[in-house]
Amino acid sequence: MTVSARAPLDPLGTADAVTRRRRLRPVTPVPWRRPLALTGLAVIGAWVVVAIFAPLIAPDNPLAQKFTILAGPSAANWFGTDELGRDVFSRVLFGARITLPLAVILIVSAMIIGAVLGGIAGFFGGWVDNVIMRLADLVFAFPGIILALAIAAALGPQLRNAVIAVVFVSWPSYARLVRSLVLSARSAQYVVASRLLGSSGLRVLFVDIRPNAAGPVLVLAALDIGNAVLLLSGLSFLGLGAQPPTAEWGAMVAEGAQNFNDWWVGLFPGLAILTVVLAFNFIGDSLRDMLDPRTARAMRV
Amino acid sequence: MGALLQVDGLSVALPTRSGYHKAVDDLSFAVDAGEVMGIAGESGSGKTMTALSLFGLLPNGARVTGSIRLDGTELLGLTSKQLRAIRGRQIAMVSQDPSTALHPILPIGTQLTEHMRYHLGVTKTEAMTRAAELLRTVRIPDPEQALRSYAGQFSGGMRQRIAIAVALAAEPRLLVADEPTTALDVTVQAGILRLLDRLCRERGMAVIVITHDLGVMSAVARRLYVMYAGRLAEAGPTSELIARPRHPYTRGLLDALPHPEAGGAPLVPIGGSPPSLGRVPAGCPFHPRCRYAQPSCATDRPEPRLIADTHLLACPPDPLRAAPAAEGGQDSPAADGGQDGRAAP
Amino acid sequence: MSSASVTEPAVPRPRTGARHRDLRRFLLQRLGTGVVLLIGITLVAFVVTHLVPGDPAAANLGQRAIGDPAAVAAFRHQYGLDRPLPVQYVVYLKNLLHGNLGISEQSHRPVLTDLAEYIPASIELALFAIVLSTVVGVGLGVIAAVFSNRWPDNVIRVVSLAGVSMPIFWVALVAFYLLFFKLGWLPGGGRLDPTQNPPTHLTGLFTVDAAVHGQWALFWSALRHLVLPGLVLAIYTVGVLTRFTRASMLEIMGNDYVRAARLKGLPERVVILRHVLRPALVSIITVAGVAFGNLLSGTVLVENIFSWPGIGQYAYHSAINLDLPAIMGVSLFVALVYIVVNLVVDLLYGVIDPRIRLS
Repeated sequence: MTVSARAPLDPLGTADAVTRRRRLRPVTPVPWRRPLALTGLAVIGAWVVVAIFAPLIAPDNPLAQKFTILAGPSAANWFGTDELGRDVFSRVLFGARITLPLAVILIVSAMIIGAVLGGIAGFFGGWVDNVIMRLADLVFAFPGIILALAIAAALGPQLRNAVIAVVFVSWPSYARLVRSLVLSARSAQYVVASRLLGSSGLRVLFVDIRPNAAGPVLVLAALDIGNAVLLLSGLSFLGLGAQPPTAEWGAMVAEGAQNFNDWWVGLFPGLAILTVVLAFNFIGDSLRDMLDPRTARAMRV
Repeated sequence: MGALLQVDGLSVALPTRSGYHKAVDDLSFAVDAGEVMGIAGESGSGKTMTALSLFGLLPNGARVTGSIRLDGTELLGLTSKQLRAIRGRQIAMVSQDPSTALHPILPIGTQLTEHMRYHLGVTKTEAMTRAAELLRTVRIPDPEQALRSYAGQFSGGMRQRIAIAVALAAEPRLLVADEPTTALDVTVQAGILRLLDRLCRERGMAVIVITHDLGVMSAVARRLYVMYAGRLAEAGPTSELIARPRHPYTRGLLDALPHPEAGGAPLVPIGGSPPSLGRVPAGCPFHPRCRYAQPSCATDRPEPRLIADTHLLACPPDPLRAAPAAEGGQDSPAADGGQDGRAAP
Repeated sequence: MSSASVTEPAVPRPRTGARHRDLRRFLLQRLGTGVVLLIGITLVAFVVTHLVPGDPAAANLGQRAIGDPAAVAAFRHQYGLDRPLPVQYVVYLKNLLHGNLGISEQSHRPVLTDLAEYIPASIELALFAIVLSTVVGVGLGVIAAVFSNRWPDNVIRVVSLAGVSMPIFWVALVAFYLLFFKLGWLPGGGRLDPTQNPPTHLTGLFTVDAAVHGQWALFWSALRHLVLPGLVLAIYTVGVLTRFTRASMLEIMGNDYVRAARLKGLPERVVILRHVLRPALVSIITVAGVAFGNLLSGTVLVENIFSWPGIGQYAYHSAINLDLPAIMGVSLFVALVYIVVNLVVDLLYGVIDPRIRLS
């Protein structure tokens, strides 16, 4: 018994429902009020610049073994030298060229595979849904490192195989998310309305469901990319990822573990990993705060 | 006057992105013991903020001015500790949605007795006995079993009754019911209203019912305060307001109610929607939607004026002064006998 | 009964016996799922380890294999590698049921023996870390939620975010260098001092065994050795639990029933602990359960640096050497832990949240 007027010909509010769907929430984040997100973006931006321009910025060739071995930080070698006499600073800079692109490739692959499988599972239901979800459960049952370890070891210690292993471990979260989004969207008002207005199944999937699913999936990706970097460098630390003499941060920390007296060998690569992951997590956290309706509402007050 | 609750010039300003805006603007009212009083208005009219200000539980950053006196004691400016002694014990609230107002994982017995023991200092057994008695009062079958049960096991109507019992547990003198029947089926609403009415009479409790549903108001409230955009629009005896509304907004609310004698004629809505916080029009807040608006309505802020014994009106033009009784509106048991031919037996 | 209650359904009455029956059925169901999961795990482990493009025989026998076809043939026969895959799988399953997990190719001992030796060390470490993480993590999360958006919250949020962003193997290195090598505050490796013998065996957990037998010097030594690796392992989990507890509590605090508790005039402490934290515990335990699994995987990265003779090192060496029986043994163990932890978590759910018990 409310007083606000309702057009008498639209008792279910169908027109409202369809209009609501079209007023899509902007997916691009608006970070200028959030210092954490800005810091994160700045740091990632800096690393991207480093990755692109490393050959120009780095003082030395990362593979060149021309300095005294295991020398501490000095004017010539800001981060010191490692056990083969290479400049650690240059190696850290070049490491960005491996970690950053691979992390992105990794997450995008996991996202696509997971989203496709999850979408199929949610949309078609039945035994397809069951099979895919059981598979996801199985993968979930293993803590990430151990499964990634087994796969990487089985396929051979190579950076490419480490990436495959981490993708294999990561896709289930996306599948589960997309599946639940598809399931709840299927019965949502705006989808029902759309179908009542004559849209076909596929059109519903792409036009109605996908834009509203994109947000949560992107938030998950942003939160996950940090973990991907940790897993990837973890595998390299164990010797199952990047192989010598490649300058990859995880492998460099492993070298630092061999020579723990010489603290600079392991410290700086680890700091690099930390800053990258922290920055990604800042961004992911802010994205989530912005796009999650509940938290967003709480902040507007 | 000796009213139990006396509110004068209450204003509540809330922080928004564009600065502070008033959710409640210079509201004054009073409630006597043993009386059921109603505050009517749509969402955004400031009714819930008014209720929360009685408890000192406004959102962080809210600024409150004015005076709230409970039995002579000024509530604004009390410390948290003092306020905690009053909440539940002197004033209690029944919230809007019974499915969310009761805790989902604490047993009903605990929810009934925890504040009872805190305020009244009774032992656990004594508290449980009282709790069972309360459940009996609100007509919950098998109270002993109910004490051990959980909110999810009860229907909406029963949960609302339990919520009322919870509010009564520490024996408050004033009960605030925020939309007590809105979330319930129509068949169940009457029972809840009868319960509120009975409790008020039996215990001499004062009750404030807050709702947008004038039908509910007419069934229980003796006096009515109609709010719009945080300000008082009209106030007076319910029967009078419903039979002969003087504020165009009150009239609009009544016209929008379905009436059994209207015979299937279309409902007449009030065009437009209520203003959101910070977007209140200058002058009279209702003037953009008002059928009788005059140029002065856009500039002059209307103050409530006494137009009859206890009837306040905040509408200087007073266009409905000579209007016949309203189309809609149901009968209330508190009706003062027919003032014109429209009152049903 | 008044007419008012005629239109409303009567309260359902759960008989006390029914509650136990529900719980039992619930557990059996979970157990069943667990068994299926276990079989699935063996299948996955089997398939993954047989993905090897190369020849496991070559990988294990190394140089000799190339020159000695007889040794290769013997190896292949011993492990049934000359029979079709499905048959190998069935053979493996049959052995499993007899408690035979095969012979490790590195140690040439039954895998079961290897596991029995290494598991307790990791369990002790993981338990230490999870208890530490839960207490600190939930505590910080509660503080952050209560002081939401003020400085304690902001500090805690940044700290916990940093915690989940650190590469654990690097933290281990830094902690080892600082706290052991430079400052000498804590021992740098092993479960006990090199001169000490383990306490009388009971569980394999040195702290427990020493305490039970009153060997207090050993108890303190074992505890001191646990601190460094335990702290390192705990950092990530503290971060996760803090963030999660905070988020859970904030979500619950937005609910009407929390406001209703304040409206009743209850002291804030009661509101926070009884009305907010208790319902939050349900999801917190889930996360803690998952975290326990992650701790076990963290051991792979940490045990090496601290010379901790646990399952992490064993898993790593098995993977590197493609020791198939060992890999499958470790996988099975991990899956078993996952299932047990899930069971415990589910049981705790039922205790804390009556809605789950009654549905």
